[in-house]
Amino acid sequence: MSYDFQKDISGCGLVGIINKDGKRIDGSYIKKSLCLMNDRGNGLGAGYAAYGIYPKYKDLYAFHIMYDEPSAKTIAEEYLKINYHIEKKEEMPTAPVEGITIHPILWRYFVKPLAQKAEREMADLSDDDFVVRTVMKINSEIDGAYIFSSGKNMGAFKGVGMPSAIAGFFRLEEYEGYIWTGHTRFPTNTPGWWGGAHPFTLLDWSIVHNGEISSYGINKRYLEMYGYKLTLLTDTEVVAYLFDLLVRRHGLDIPTACTALAAPFWKNIDDMDGDKRDAMTAIRMVYGSALMNGPFSILFGHSKGLVGLNDRIKLRPLVAAIKGKTVYMASEESSIREICPSPDKVWAPRAGEPVIAELEA
Amino acid sequence: MFKSLATPEFLAKIDTEKCIRCKRCIQNCGWGVYSWGGNNVLIDTFKCVKCLRCYHYCPEEAITIEDNPVRYRNNANWGFYNIRNIKKQAETGGILLTGMGSDMPYPVLFDSLLIDACQVTNPSIDPLREPMELRTYLGKKPARLEFEKGPDGKSKLKTKMPPQIKLDLPFIFAPMSYGSISLNAQKTLAIAAKELGIVMNTGEGGLHEEIYPYRSNIIVQVASGRFGVNPDYLNAGVAVEIKIGQGAKPGIGGHLPGEKIPLDIAKTRMIPVGTDALSPAPQHDIYSIEDLRQLIYAIKEATNYTKPVSVKIAAVHNVAAIASGIVRAGADIVYIDGFRGGTGAAPSTIRDHLGIPIEHAIAAVDERLRQEGIRNEASIIAAGGIRSSADAAKAIALGADACAIGTAALITMGCTVCGKCYTGNCSWGITTQRPELTVRLDPEIFAERLINLIHAWTHELKEILGALGINAVESLRGSRERLRGVGMDAQTLDILGIKPAGR
Repeated sequence: MSYDFQKDISGCGLVGIINKDGKRIDGSYIKKSLCLMNDRGNGLGAGYAAYGIYPKYKDLYAFHIMYDEPSAKTIAEEYLKINYHIEKKEEMPTAPVEGITIHPILWRYFVKPLAQKAEREMADLSDDDFVVRTVMKINSEIDGAYIFSSGKNMGAFKGVGMPSAIAGFFRLEEYEGYIWTGHTRFPTNTPGWWGGAHPFTLLDWSIVHNGEISSYGINKRYLEMYGYKLTLLTDTEVVAYLFDLLVRRHGLDIPTACTALAAPFWKNIDDMDGDKRDAMTAIRMVYGSALMNGPFSILFGHSKGLVGLNDRIKLRPLVAAIKGKTVYMASEESSIREICPSPDKVWAPRAGEPVIAELEA
Repeated sequence: MFKSLATPEFLAKIDTEKCIRCKRCIQNCGWGVYSWGGNNVLIDTFKCVKCLRCYHYCPEEAITIEDNPVRYRNNANWGFYNIRNIKKQAETGGILLTGMGSDMPYPVLFDSLLIDACQVTNPSIDPLREPMELRTYLGKKPARLEFEKGPDGKSKLKTKMPPQIKLDLPFIFAPMSYGSISLNAQKTLAIAAKELGIVMNTGEGGLHEEIYPYRSNIIVQVASGRFGVNPDYLNAGVAVEIKIGQGAKPGIGGHLPGEKIPLDIAKTRMIPVGTDALSPAPQHDIYSIEDLRQLIYAIKEATNYTKPVSVKIAAVHNVAAIASGIVRAGADIVYIDGFRGGTGAAPSTIRDHLGIPIEHAIAAVDERLRQEGIRNEASIIAAGGIRSSADAAKAIALGADACAIGTAALITMGCTVCGKCYTGNCSWGITTQRPELTVRLDPEIFAERLINLIHAWTHELKEILGALGINAVESLRGSRERLRGVGMDAQTLDILGIKPAGR
């Protein structure tokens, strides 16, 4: 019954920062920037992703898991114990803040899949594939357990509340990262659920997203053909999985994946020169079901960089700026200037044209 | 002669006050309803099929064609046609023939499907101001693309793309053979297909030399009769279609009687003049799925792997599994013809009682191919009952890549869906080979009307996409989330993979 679902709809504000030289900064900057856009959210969801925050465990997958009740934790941990080496597990550090009274049970685990154990034996999966399978399994099969972060040396922090409350709750000023993304949410049809906030992550992909993907229905069915289980029913989840499929599993480079997701128009493709036209035509033929149609601006973070992307006719705002080695991307220029008053360059990326910022080697 | 007890269906009437005795009705009627009585026009209303040719061509509007008010006594069980058909069969002892798609009142699910639209949270797009893309490629798509670095350091496509049919619009014209329709009707389709950037399909009657100039807009068909098939024919168009079945007559062959095989048709079909053109029910070299695979690859060999191969089947109960087998057998396109699809001639019992509707079939096939992870391996064409751009949009949302248009195209040529195509008397010059009738159908003039229709549907389809907030047809294809059912039972919703309205 994968068609009988209630999709989650929301508007939002987003911001991202990357230090291309790898310099790590604490969470106060992104919080300050995001809080300027409070009117783009309604307090029903906010979140952050940060890269470079767990240098001590950088070779282990960092699972952030939320549980609705202790029994869900027991079941999920049972599964993890059988399939993973658990280097460390701990309750996520939080602080009491005004505006957050109820929250799920939050734990984090630093793990590595066991080489020859249990479900691993059924298929010859790489570590990454096995982690993806674990995320799908726990999120879709264990009621009340939800893995909301599963990458290495990175983490997502999200919940129901205004951006400042969520940042305070998760004590973000205590983390240092070289990439930060943040998101404030304006859901229109769902009561706040902590898992529904952004960013959405899988392995070290993280997505914050503003918009509604009008092609959600076919994007979802396309992903299901490749074994993805879309449990969250948000557009954001679709974006994350599409990047995972195209970049990690199909091996497309990021610019090529972006042209599949926000494809140029045929009239422009027809004017391209030989090889480029053939390649673009093939991309549209093969990845037509992955085309994300409808309004969106997204920030897509991964361990080596940050990508900003708009839909093919720019129906949602996205502004980018550069100051020295730092690249900023946000829904509004004002939120960039809040933390970087005089950038070297500020521009509004064109529709469908990705802004790609990568760490210097 | 014994007068038939099958009451006439229609009453042709001429207002003698208005009639100027111009005899145009006599000249125009292909059925012989009218004749000259010396002083006025005589009417044999038994022959009238209500095709309305005479009505349109009477300069004085003196003609009316009414449904015969004389019916058998009302009976909720024994309807007019139940009784009339028995009387006809009692007189002839034969199978009752018919043309066009079924006129039985089976539920049309298209009419219980509603399409979504954008409000507030996502914006609609104005097709008058923004590009709206309908281009569609039919054929096998690889599951993924590979790129490699060229000598110049630039990324180059490494994957070799299989052959595709490029369509500017997600429409094609349904196969209708020369023989079942006139050469002028085929030319009309060919001219329109070329102008519209889409394709027509020869049907199984071979390819007349006058259609050759349109070869880049033609799919050639190979059916059980193998009429007109040779290497040149296979290579003449942009794709080859193997016809297994037809929605209006699943499991049934065809029979074009010898009197309808004049020289021209005989030449095109490559059979002697005046012989019956028999299309056996099955293809006698295909008794199994592995036989189909051999024919698909024989055709691919004959066309040097440069053309997609389509397989056309009737929508029957087990269509999903059959389609899956066809895809695995190597077909690049699966053409699915719903039971409401048209025909030039079929036994009415078969037409009205065999097969399943296209809505169910498309939904089942698309879902099955996705479950098996092979949806990319073939394109799906929905045919059999597409009456409007809305039907087409719904079929695409259920999972079709493109829709085939047959009956609607004939309607632009004058057809009124009278259903008597099998008689060869079509007064509009469409389903006849009588030269005095076919000459009425000027391909240039009627192609313009057909182009108008497809342009109109294209505009409507773009409006629908715009309302949905999407600007490319691939974002509608298979996007069942944008459909809702009204008044459907839970199981039908489940088969279509859609939610009820309100959810």
